[in-house]
Amino acid sequence: MTVPVTWQDVAALLPEFFLVVWASALLLLDVFWIREKRTTAWLSALGFVVALVLAVGQMGRAPLLAFRGMVIADAFSVFLVALFALSGLVGILLAQDYLARNGIERGEFYVLLMFSVVGMMLMARVADLVMIFLALELFSLPLYVMTGFARPRADSEEAALKYFLLGAFASGFMAFGIALVYGATSTTSLPHMVDVIQAGEADLALLTAGAALVLTGLGFKIATVPFHMWTPDVYHGAPSPVSGFMAATAKMAGFAALLRLFVLVFPVVADLTPVLWALAALSMVLGNVAAIAQRNIKRLLAYSSIAHAGYMLSAAVAFADPHLGPQAVAAILFYLVAYVLATFGAWGVVILLERRIGQEGLLLEDYAGLSRQYPGLAAAMAVFMLSFIGVPPTLGFFGKFYLFRVVLDAGFVGLALIGVLTSLVSAYYYLRVVMLMYMKPGEPIVRREPRVQATVLAAAALTLFLGLTAASSLYAWATEAILRFG
Amino acid sequence: MVPTSFYIFLAALLFTIGAVAVLVRRNTLIIYMAVELMLNSANLAFVAFARQFGDISGQLFVFFVITIAAAEVAVGLALIVTIFHTKHSVDIDAMHELKG
Amino acid sequence: MNGTQWAFLGVYFLLALIFPALPIVIAHFLGPRRPNPIKDDVYECGLKTYGSPWVPIKVQYYLFALVFLIFDVELVFLYPWAVAYDMLPMFAVFEGILFILMLGAALVYAWKREALDWYEPTMPEFRS
Repeated sequence: MTVPVTWQDVAALLPEFFLVVWASALLLLDVFWIREKRTTAWLSALGFVVALVLAVGQMGRAPLLAFRGMVIADAFSVFLVALFALSGLVGILLAQDYLARNGIERGEFYVLLMFSVVGMMLMARVADLVMIFLALELFSLPLYVMTGFARPRADSEEAALKYFLLGAFASGFMAFGIALVYGATSTTSLPHMVDVIQAGEADLALLTAGAALVLTGLGFKIATVPFHMWTPDVYHGAPSPVSGFMAATAKMAGFAALLRLFVLVFPVVADLTPVLWALAALSMVLGNVAAIAQRNIKRLLAYSSIAHAGYMLSAAVAFADPHLGPQAVAAILFYLVAYVLATFGAWGVVILLERRIGQEGLLLEDYAGLSRQYPGLAAAMAVFMLSFIGVPPTLGFFGKFYLFRVVLDAGFVGLALIGVLTSLVSAYYYLRVVMLMYMKPGEPIVRREPRVQATVLAAAALTLFLGLTAASSLYAWATEAILRFG
Repeated sequence: MVPTSFYIFLAALLFTIGAVAVLVRRNTLIIYMAVELMLNSANLAFVAFARQFGDISGQLFVFFVITIAAAEVAVGLALIVTIFHTKHSVDIDAMHELKG
Repeated sequence: MNGTQWAFLGVYFLLALIFPALPIVIAHFLGPRRPNPIKDDVYECGLKTYGSPWVPIKVQYYLFALVFLIFDVELVFLYPWAVAYDMLPMFAVFEGILFILMLGAALVYAWKREALDWYEPTMPEFRS
């Protein structure tokens, strides 16, 4: 009980600590001294760069439980923390021009984004049930506010309220699920829980019920069917950079906690395998089929994100197999990298084509003729769409390859088949965007915003060249990011 | 001593009432109250288990849930107030800007 | 849980229903009923009611209430900290001070954003 907390514990959470202090200071600086909101944006971007450096500095160290076993700095969490710091940076690059041109730029936006990223980082670090709940709320609450940032636009406010109500509903499930898990194992500490479960002292019925409720809570965050109904509306109503940020990072955070819980702590609740199987299959089918009918690019990307949650979840179905667990984690991490790159890139293109907030330039027809005037941008968008489908040699292809290999190794042939077939279905609506850009005449109007353009091109280049040259070494790196407790 | 299962039974009952109310009620404030009921049923379960195990960490969790719930109320009420400014209603049937 | 215990639970529920219902029923039968306008009036601390209670409440009250709520509830963490103060290691003292500093920063922020000023017109728009 009286393990002293030392500076070593702080060192284990250095990126998070730095970001919290930086964000708090920035909040006060912003109201007192900073005249230009752009300065706040650059300062928060600088904060993310420093956090990224700190996270990279943590790589290769031995796993360390800190703050009396509340959080852990292992290879898995460091990998994701670095990815989150990078995502925060990209989020700011995408948001700044958009907010400024639509007259909704406030310094609080960047501070909220930083707090949200801290919450996501902690989601990757959890070693205690208390932390899961706290981290989940820490990253969700700022997202609710950011969704409503375009007030008094009714669609943005409405999206924020919907997201908030369903998010709160999900946290209710989460809290009750955690309570049941605690009741089943008599501890909130995950490493202790592993011991209790291995000693056979856990109440399995209660544990399964609790795990199912926790899965429901996380399912809302990663937007799997049937907990997805908020996704299209929220992504549609929120300011586009916020939608892009949410689509990429909130899903990562949800999967981080889901993998740690299910692969590391709950392999014993193998009863839930069919439930996960059904969730994955439903998400893949429903997400892809619903996306076909969409005319609005934001809604299309929302349904596509549901489908991708399904693909990642299909590898997580193998959680109960002790040999395949680590492979599933590596495959999902790899897929997350591919998904995040393509998602940020695609939303960057959406931001460049959106004329006024929530109006014009959001329909698929508005992309017609893009390749004539903006060949670079059209090529980048095509790369993202191909990566989403999983066409070689993009990163998305390798992502799906590793995912389906795990699914097949685990013996879920049906699930792998659904995955491949729905990927073919998804080719229809992704390629329609490509076809519109290249085959149809049109006069698209595109913003000249060098930072967003550079981000989009960088994401496209990485998607293409990492796929061509470094896919296997990236996968090897993801394999090293195994989950550990001490 | 009242057995723990009584408390858990009550907590599960409260949780179900809360979850059903979220799904059937149309007023956003009532929906949020139902969510609070769900969170507090979790609190009850936590305290009951903590007493059974003679373990303090369950009670600690309740502190955190209470503060998180307060933070959620602050954010949620602020959203509801802004949306009331625009729409002059807090009924979710009035939210029809976004299809779905 | 065995049958006897469930029976106890049932008896308990029954008692919980009867106990408050009984005085109401007894009062209904025994109490004299001589209504007059003053008795039927809305209870308002001895004063006459003034205006309708269904007027919209100024939105600024909500702003105040929200700020108050946050600071009020965060206090829950300071109670155990204060009670165990003389037994705490140095690090925990620092943690508590850090926590108070963060609350202070939030208060300064709310102050600077004019959330604490009382305006006669409607809610102040946050400056952008």
